[in-house]
Amino acid sequence: MYTQGLDQAGTDEQIAVETDELLSAFQERIDAEEKIEPKDWMPEAYRRTLIRQISQHAHSEIIGMQPEGNWLTRAPSLKRKVILLAKVQDEAGHGLYLYSAAETLGVSRAQMVADLLSGKAKYSSIFNYPTLTWADIGAIGWLVDGAAIMNQIPLCRCSYGPYARAMVRVCKEESFHQRQGFDIMHTLCRGSDEQKAMAQGALNRWWWPSLMMFGPNDSESKHSAQSMAWKIKRFSNDELRQKFVDATVQQADFLGLRVPDDELRFDEDSGHYRFGEIDWQELFDVIAGNGPCNKQRLEKRRQAHSNGAWVREAAQAYASKQASRAAA
Amino acid sequence: MSANQALIAYTLRLADNALILAQRMVELVAAEPELEEELANANFALDFIGQARMFYTYAGELEGQGRSEDDFAFMRDEREFGNLLLLEQPNGHFGDALVRQILFEAFYLHLLEALTRCSDQRLCEIAARAIKEVKYHFRHSSHWLVRLGDGTELSHNRAQTSLDDAWRYTGEMFIADEIDTAMQENFDGPDLASIHELWRRDIATVVVEATLQLPDDQWMASGGKQGRHSEHLGFLLAEMQYLQRSFPGATW
Amino acid sequence: MSKQEWPLYEVFVRSKAGLSHRHAGSVHAPDDQMALDHARDTYTRRSEGVSLWVVRSDSIVASDPAETSAFFEPAKDKIYRHPTFYEIPDGVKNL
Repeated sequence: MYTQGLDQAGTDEQIAVETDELLSAFQERIDAEEKIEPKDWMPEAYRRTLIRQISQHAHSEIIGMQPEGNWLTRAPSLKRKVILLAKVQDEAGHGLYLYSAAETLGVSRAQMVADLLSGKAKYSSIFNYPTLTWADIGAIGWLVDGAAIMNQIPLCRCSYGPYARAMVRVCKEESFHQRQGFDIMHTLCRGSDEQKAMAQGALNRWWWPSLMMFGPNDSESKHSAQSMAWKIKRFSNDELRQKFVDATVQQADFLGLRVPDDELRFDEDSGHYRFGEIDWQELFDVIAGNGPCNKQRLEKRRQAHSNGAWVREAAQAYASKQASRAAA
Repeated sequence: MSANQALIAYTLRLADNALILAQRMVELVAAEPELEEELANANFALDFIGQARMFYTYAGELEGQGRSEDDFAFMRDEREFGNLLLLEQPNGHFGDALVRQILFEAFYLHLLEALTRCSDQRLCEIAARAIKEVKYHFRHSSHWLVRLGDGTELSHNRAQTSLDDAWRYTGEMFIADEIDTAMQENFDGPDLASIHELWRRDIATVVVEATLQLPDDQWMASGGKQGRHSEHLGFLLAEMQYLQRSFPGATW
Repeated sequence: MSKQEWPLYEVFVRSKAGLSHRHAGSVHAPDDQMALDHARDTYTRRSEGVSLWVVRSDSIVASDPAETSAFFEPAKDKIYRHPTFYEIPDGVKNL
């Protein structure tokens, strides 16, 4: 998901004063579906995991503005332009709500941004792919947002209050994102042969990366168990991925598009679609920084940040001057 | 030209200003100095595109030839666009874009205000809606100009240079041609001379608060309103119109 | 203010006349005036508000969760502060 990096190892340092008593009292609260709020006692690992999860999610939203933003100047109608701009703006807003939630855990936005720009922090692998045609914008809304929604709705019930509330806000705004993507695909599929081919091409390129968004198989996800116990993660990777495939293949059929998987077939017994093996090497390469657009995405972020330094400093200088004038 | 033709041409200019400025703003997405500014920039661009759509739709109705908002936006050539030269200039840095914005918005605000008192019902309505949005833009842009001008030495110098460089494009806003005159005569349209005074007053106020200098009046560029554009517009339109031009007649 | 970033502000929105302000989240801003602008752009762009309050986060004084039971619970025992504790005699109106 936007938080694939969680499946990789984190540090296990613990602060000394975490007695069994405190830990089990904490777990009882979680089990009773109580919300944990910012200054409540929490295990250090809970706090760290959340910081990583929430900040990764925020970074994903911010980086996600780029592949979609890529088609803003070329949107093929004023209506599509407006809808796409509103969507990209929502993503900036979501990033902001999420950074805001993470800050309640004691990390600053500046620190999170620095970690992103240095390459230390992760963001969802999906945004390291290029948007090569207008149909890609449709595919992203339909597939990527579709996948994100599957993860985000359960997170509205996550144990940490600020994160859950941010997710409620996000989900309210998200509902139109997937629909607009599907609508683009639908329009293309009912259009000219060239438009239909454009749509098929986009599906061919975005299908597998979308499945990879859900992260490694459960058997490879060593750290999921603790996150599940703490109700930071509510469903397993494989569960969500299966749910996504089941919903989306039917939508592809409706569109008249072919899912690029020779092994895809409906299994009567289980009532689910069986699908082919994911190329895990591709996922690991992309997460490690070797995807088609990793370098470009980060470079654009770094440039925006450094180009903007004089502006941020000007505002700070003015604020200081105003404070002195008021004191005088 | 007939009164109706003048009205159509005038409305299209309003639409073109809003669209071309919005297009430049949209280029800045994901490049703003801070996340909160991304939201502001997108908000303003959305407002402008919304205004452009209302003006284009009205122009299409007036013309009565079945042209849609997209026909105007995507299927006209440079020489048919009547936007101000100021708005098609490339973005430059944050200060350049901000100065362009505030110089235009101070004018646009008074223009819209005057339009709410003109005799064309529809322009009145569109203007009434747009004013609320533009008032907020101008307020936000003013806040920024003051912070840049009265910020650091670097920001002060940059803002001053942006202002000096943009000044030659401001004259065009106030030069009335036969379309402006026809609007005034037939539809109680805006009087650019009085708007010029109001604009000077508003800009001077912000510039002074920003500890900047108002540039001296100088040679003013013009021609945008009449379809004689800078080299920049061609590239802007090539990018914006590319899909519709490549797939004529397609539905998106 | 550190060179690193703009200060953090908490944002409270009153969505409709008659309701209280509710905490919506936070924004970074260089000063109070910009904080209002940023809060408006972030939390009310779908017209979700008639009134905005912004407060520097470091100006907020909060109760300590560790003291929760001492701070809040005594009131739960003192039921006589609640109007429902008292029976109203027949014939007395408007109480």
